[in-house]
Amino acid sequence: MPFFVFVGLFLLLPTAIVLVGSMTAPGGGFSLTNFAGINKPYMVKAFSLSLSVSAVSAVAGAFFGAVLAYAVVTGNPSGLLRRSIMSASGVLAQFGGVALAFAFIATISTVGFVTVFLKDHGIDIYAKGVWLYDAPGITLIYVYFQIPLMVLVFLPALDGIRPQWREATESLGGSTWHYWRYVAGPLLAPAFLGCTLLLFANAFSAYATVAALLTNGGVYVPLQIQALLTGETEQSQPGLAQALALSMVIIVVVVMTLYALLQRRTSRWLR
Amino acid sequence: MNRSRRLKLRVFRTVVLLVMGAFFLVPIGAMLEFSTRGNSVTAPRTLEAWVQIAQTPGLVKGIVTSLQLAVITSLGMLVLLLPTMVWVRLRLPQISRIVEFICLLPLTVPAIALVVGLKPLYIWININVTPSVLALAFAYLILVLPYSYRSLDAGLAAIDLKTLSEAARSLGAGWGTVMLRIVIPNMPSAILNASLLSVALVLGEYTVASLLNFQNLQVEVAYVGLTNASTSTAVAVGALLLAFVLLMVLTLVGGRLQQQHYIPGQRA
Repeated sequence: MPFFVFVGLFLLLPTAIVLVGSMTAPGGGFSLTNFAGINKPYMVKAFSLSLSVSAVSAVAGAFFGAVLAYAVVTGNPSGLLRRSIMSASGVLAQFGGVALAFAFIATISTVGFVTVFLKDHGIDIYAKGVWLYDAPGITLIYVYFQIPLMVLVFLPALDGIRPQWREATESLGGSTWHYWRYVAGPLLAPAFLGCTLLLFANAFSAYATVAALLTNGGVYVPLQIQALLTGETEQSQPGLAQALALSMVIIVVVVMTLYALLQRRTSRWLR
Repeated sequence: MNRSRRLKLRVFRTVVLLVMGAFFLVPIGAMLEFSTRGNSVTAPRTLEAWVQIAQTPGLVKGIVTSLQLAVITSLGMLVLLLPTMVWVRLRLPQISRIVEFICLLPLTVPAIALVVGLKPLYIWININVTPSVLALAFAYLILVLPYSYRSLDAGLAAIDLKTLSEAARSLGAGWGTVMLRIVIPNMPSAILNASLLSVALVLGEYTVASLLNFQNLQVEVAYVGLTNASTSTAVAVGALLLAFVLLMVLTLVGGRLQQQHYIPGQRA
């Protein structure tokens, strides 16, 4: 079937190239020297920065996304509000990349709309220096696409919560706190955790936004790969790029596996 | 639900929706504001940046390229994926897990990692097949796989494919007729959904194009942004609003199309 030929050529073959290439020494033959290249201070820093930005944006996105999803789910299930928020989330969750970087430059760069507005009212968000192009700024930008993604993936779990469970809690004398602590909380916890992991993988895989924001490069794993792929100084280290790529794949695979396990656990109660 | 709780819930919902609405709308509004700024602080609002779009050859070319890629990718996706999925459902259900695994695989291989493996492949294609930017469609077909698969899978699950295809076959229809006149007309919203998701993804794609040195819309936008930020911002916000309109239409039309699904035991 043409489908298998195609995915074999353009999905499995590239993956195999990365896999084999990362474990091949410059002169040929099996070796792990490429991975030794990761064990350098700036590479370690790139990984820790990428991981921390992804983690913080995932947790923040998961929290606010869950709150928004709850606000949506308590409304009319077939109402216009819910349908518009769902399709807006569909657009915004995909709204990464160059346009998103421009959106935040237009909003909170030093000449941005919000920055100027706040400055006119006596608030200087950059009193301690411009943070838009550093980890805090990039985290904030990532939250912009994390929240809608959370709404999309967490809403089905919230839909699974039945009003009868709350009524049962109340008829047994439980308060709102009891309901969230002993009924809804434990039921939603695996879904919430799983979705947070998905958000983490999503942020960790992102490239275009940081690339468009930090045109001069930066200390993030995807930008290191970019530098190795497009480097004109030609110390040509395709092996190192492949090792970095493989490390990213491994991290994402681990996270996504945990996500799948938690999803299975979620579906036991909420369907 | 008692009264005080209902009131509390209403206040909570209003506050959340207002705050989130502001968080999501302000950056988009700021882009519109930014793209209509004059040259100086006191200059009046101007559409100069929007007019500049048509006068920037790179941008026009980028828009055309990305639109072509979007059409090729969504059609290619349907041609490649839909018959395979139908065939697997009817004839080879035992490999359906494998097909699902393959289709969802791009979610676990970040585009930036995939591109490392695609690079040597594209160098070869560049030399031996075609240097055209449209070759990017191969990579994009892979990127859209997970989203298209989910959408089409939901569509196929909603119709009684086996009964429909057997009925058609027993009346003398070939496989082509089954695909074109039975399967596709029965799942319009899933097909529309899969195609629009592909279009949206291709129009916004930057990673693969830029690292394989192809000039698509987003690469041009980023490049023009280095010298003329307001024109780039105008294109970016224009593309975003277009995506919004497309998907809003899909939501409204989709709600109506959904009801036309063939449901066993009911009149269609």
